[in-house]
Amino acid sequence: MNNKDSGSSFLKKISEYKGWLYLLPAIIFLGIFMVYPLIDVFVYSFEEGYNFASQSFFGTGMYNYSYVLHDPYFLQAVKNTFIIVIITVPLSTVIALFISVLLSRIEKLRSLFQTIYFLPYVTNTLAVGLVFMILFKKTAYTDGMINLLINAFGGSSVDFIDGPYWAKMTVMCIYTIWIVMPFKILILTSALSSVNPDYYSAARVDGTRPWRIFYRITLPMISPMIFYLVITGFIGAFKAYSDEVALFGVDLNSAGMNTIVGYVYDMLYGDSGGYPSFASAAAILLFIIVLTITVINLMISDSDN
Amino acid sequence: MDYVRIERNTKIKKGISGTIRFIILGLWALIVLFPFYWMILTSIKSYGSYNSEYIPKLYVTSPTFENYVDAFSAVPLGRYFLNTAIFTIVTTAIMLVVITLAAYAFARLEFKGRGFVFVIFLSLMMIPTELVVITNFVTITNWNMRNSFPGLILPSITSVFYIYLLKENFEQVPDTLYYAAKVDGTSDFKYLLKVLIPISKPTLITVTILKVIECWNSYVWPRLITDDQAYFLVSNGIQEIRENGFGRENIPAMMAAVVVISAPLIVIFLIFRKQIMAGVLRGGTKG
Repeated sequence: MNNKDSGSSFLKKISEYKGWLYLLPAIIFLGIFMVYPLIDVFVYSFEEGYNFASQSFFGTGMYNYSYVLHDPYFLQAVKNTFIIVIITVPLSTVIALFISVLLSRIEKLRSLFQTIYFLPYVTNTLAVGLVFMILFKKTAYTDGMINLLINAFGGSSVDFIDGPYWAKMTVMCIYTIWIVMPFKILILTSALSSVNPDYYSAARVDGTRPWRIFYRITLPMISPMIFYLVITGFIGAFKAYSDEVALFGVDLNSAGMNTIVGYVYDMLYGDSGGYPSFASAAAILLFIIVLTITVINLMISDSDN
Repeated sequence: MDYVRIERNTKIKKGISGTIRFIILGLWALIVLFPFYWMILTSIKSYGSYNSEYIPKLYVTSPTFENYVDAFSAVPLGRYFLNTAIFTIVTTAIMLVVITLAAYAFARLEFKGRGFVFVIFLSLMMIPTELVVITNFVTITNWNMRNSFPGLILPSITSVFYIYLLKENFEQVPDTLYYAAKVDGTSDFKYLLKVLIPISKPTLITVTILKVIECWNSYVWPRLITDDQAYFLVSNGIQEIRENGFGRENIPAMMAAVVVISAPLIVIFLIFRKQIMAGVLRGGTKG
């Protein structure tokens, strides 16, 4: 009896130790590359005058934050990021909803369209960004494909890549929307197909108009998914960076097209780099902005439901 | 008489709205496909003919593959390709081992503190990479791992979300299978290997594909950690080509490089279309 007891407790001990053993690789990786950096980034952000080479600093305080907040490059980056967020998130969601609704109403060619629409998701943003740059760029040799279209409609050519700010922002937003559409269309099409068809039949029997059906039945049924898309859309758009590099090159500051994430990386590395403290302060400011917006979004969606 | 007319009218109406639907959907398909068409088209135009077309032609009269030769000879595109393949395969392989073990511990093994550790793991899912990349950059630099594969790979392995996804999947396997295996004297590890992994194959494939896409397209971390061309991945390679490859004006060669870089993932997508879309639907977000 006694023997058996101690045997089972021994087994228990082994299995306890075993659980941690299985977790060990994940804990090591997460510890070194996620938990420690998370603490460290706050430490960095308060260390003033941090020197990368000697890894020393002369004081602690809020100077890094104040520097970043007064840096015109940072303010430009914040402005750019907010414009991208405010334009692309609502616009891409609405277009995706529109296309998904149309998609759900057809039978023929549906899976072909779905496949095509998903393509941008699996492409390298840097690579396709180059194609967009060429389509929009005006050079000595050619005005570019897009400018020819504009000319055909009676407009005059604009250099979208090295030209005025609004032109650059336009391409930026178009490219961002092009990139984020596949995910949104995928999510919305699946949400639409999961709406119980009985609701539609009932409404149709009652003679409800299509627009009203959409507004009264479809939209409320898929609203959780729309909120999910808006929230993830905000988070994603606030982290915009690679798409900008793809269109305007690595030196985003001189193009006036930098984003907050771009500012963080520029502070860290490259010609303007070597300031992990400033980078940390900017990264934390970004995190605070994203967190605030997400919380506001969640509050709105909560009060709506 | 009247009835027939009404029926015909609704049929016509339906036909019209159906046509409009197809036109709009077709238009969006065109917007999505046009950049792909353009890169392939430009990549088979000769340098001379591309630059002589003030109004770019939508077709090509004498296609050439010379640009593809240039893409591989003028810049080390083959090297970038190989690097990316190594990076993608090794990162994905190590990640699969790490997450499988962790998911198994959370789903099947009982030990003190399991719930607590799991909550911590879940909360780590909300941490944006931008916040940790700074310290990781410093860490890898201090370890003298810049311009090396370990430096590229090690910080890219962790993925809490996939652990979570796999754990959910493991938990759906009935307990009875586990106890039956225990009675037969099967060890935990053998059970994981012989029972759980085969059962969870669809999820593992999904995770693999999503990770491969992520690795193939990763740009920021490789850019921070490599400045030696010998270790560039395709994203950094294409950026390098853009900044000072072929000479800025050789657009056709640039496009050939873009086609070569985009092709592998598009082929994988066309083969695993269903799995990829289902996988992304289950919560994979980009970047």
